[in-house]
Amino acid sequence: MSTPLLRMEGVHTHIGHYHILQGVDFTLPRGALTVLLGRNGAGKTTTLRTIINLWQASQGRIVFDGQDITHWRTPKIVRQGIGYVPENMGIFSLLTVQENMRLAAERRHFDEARLAWILRLFPALKKFWTTPAGLLSGGQKQMLSIARAIIEPRQFLIIDEPSKGLAPAIIKDLVQAIRELKTTDTTILLVEQNFSFARAVGDHVAVMDDGRVVHAGAMAALADDSELQNRLLGLSLDAHA
Amino acid sequence: MPMPESQTTLSTQAQRPSGLAKLRAALDARPHYLLLALVAAIGLVIMPWHVWLSLTVAGLAMGLILFVVSSGMTLIFGLMGVLNLAHGAFITVGAYVGGTAFLMLSGWGPLAAVSQALLIFPAALATLAVAGVLGFVFERVIVKPVYDDHLRQILVTVGGAIVITQLIIVFWGAHEIPLPRPDILRGAFVVGGVAFEKYRLFAVGAGLAVYWGMLAVIQYTRVGLLIRAGVENGEMVQALGYRIKLLFIAVFAVGSALGAFGGVLWGFYEELIHVELGQQLLVDVIIVIIMGGLGSITGCFYSALMVGLLTNYMGFVAPTFSEFSSIVLMVLVLMWRPQGLIPVVKV
Repeated sequence: MSTPLLRMEGVHTHIGHYHILQGVDFTLPRGALTVLLGRNGAGKTTTLRTIINLWQASQGRIVFDGQDITHWRTPKIVRQGIGYVPENMGIFSLLTVQENMRLAAERRHFDEARLAWILRLFPALKKFWTTPAGLLSGGQKQMLSIARAIIEPRQFLIIDEPSKGLAPAIIKDLVQAIRELKTTDTTILLVEQNFSFARAVGDHVAVMDDGRVVHAGAMAALADDSELQNRLLGLSLDAHA
Repeated sequence: MPMPESQTTLSTQAQRPSGLAKLRAALDARPHYLLLALVAAIGLVIMPWHVWLSLTVAGLAMGLILFVVSSGMTLIFGLMGVLNLAHGAFITVGAYVGGTAFLMLSGWGPLAAVSQALLIFPAALATLAVAGVLGFVFERVIVKPVYDDHLRQILVTVGGAIVITQLIIVFWGAHEIPLPRPDILRGAFVVGGVAFEKYRLFAVGAGLAVYWGMLAVIQYTRVGLLIRAGVENGEMVQALGYRIKLLFIAVFAVGSALGAFGGVLWGFYEELIHVELGQQLLVDVIIVIIMGGLGSITGCFYSALMVGLLTNYMGFVAPTFSEFSSIVLMVLVLMWRPQGLIPVVKV
């Protein structure tokens, strides 16, 4: 078995006086999609932000692709080939769709083949290419946020709650797009509250509670075990199917 | 550049607005055009047209110098959230460095044959270089420790301004220094009985060049793209792999240099430089950047023009209210649009 792409060892994060992550231990297999589940306030978003040092770990170690990145600056970390889609999508609303994409591209000109693939994945972006991103709908903004994160080939993609606040039809399109992304061998870590969405795209799952990872395993095993779901998440798949 | 906060999404634009609603929306989207036209129109109503024309050019000149002086401060606030009350000291430094360089070059034998007007350019370059370096040091030493703490920013930048002012007194003395304009920029053109001061026309040209230059950089370059993105969401810019701290340092240095360049223009405008020059201008600068919308270059441009025009009109009609009129204008604008003429969207 190959070495994991990411390893978190006893990571603690404090935000002000709050002790949010309380010893996160976690490994991320390469080339698969792992879903981070857990109730509100369990520390999922903090985990993602701590990985790229938007919030600094106060203790512990984060190893990415064999390198200790715990104390690296955010720009240096993401330049190792990491794309980040934050919970609020992080769209620059006064910039056009094209400008949002251009910011994430490493070269002056886009890789035409890659751009064509992305625009096939998210056709709405082509239509609104020169429109200020602030005028897009919530679903279109989410698509732009993901498209921006993958405008360059990434070995690791971090996506925070992509289905949040979106209509079911849009979520269906997103599921399709993320499934296609999985075929590119990109390792994906995705935070999600919507279990149906998580089950539809996830290969592996990690469940967080009180700032720790309390369960890690195959998504299929969790999806098939309603007792485990109830114990870890307080839900049953039947209610979300 | 920025959009009104009341924007709708593309998916909800099905309703066709009435003519009145369209007009209201247009005014809401571009209040600066309306207000600028209103200020100019009021001037035309209360004074003879030839006086109005002359004062309008004077007002535009003053407004454009005010814009040059203010643009750096609003840029620094917009991108970095830093309220740099030492900006007035940078304006003074600019006036002294540029003025001294000009006077030295004018009196230097080998350059005696060179037109004095041309000497303004090396003087301006010296100003930009000195103020840029000073801005860099100021950001590293004074501002860096107090990011995200506005109260401490106010305290340390006011303290920094005092230190810079005292250093100016150490190097140049506390006395005023006359700064005669180059011969070619003295006097006025008279067209149809209306006098247009040459230096004011020069200031209009210089101010417009700075404005268009800034717009071009911000709109068409990658650095400009980063600045626009950074103003809205600096954290996301970092998450895309850019070291925004380096951008902060560069913008602070450039913003300080712009303030200093405005100081040189103002020194020639007044034909006098003194240690209080920047502090006296700072009140108008603060009015301009608040009224324009903190962080907005376009808002800063139009509000500077309004302050310049209004001050000149009132100077003719009711001189004692000249300075006060800008404050009244700012209060009225903020009652109408509390975030300023062109609010900057921040995440």
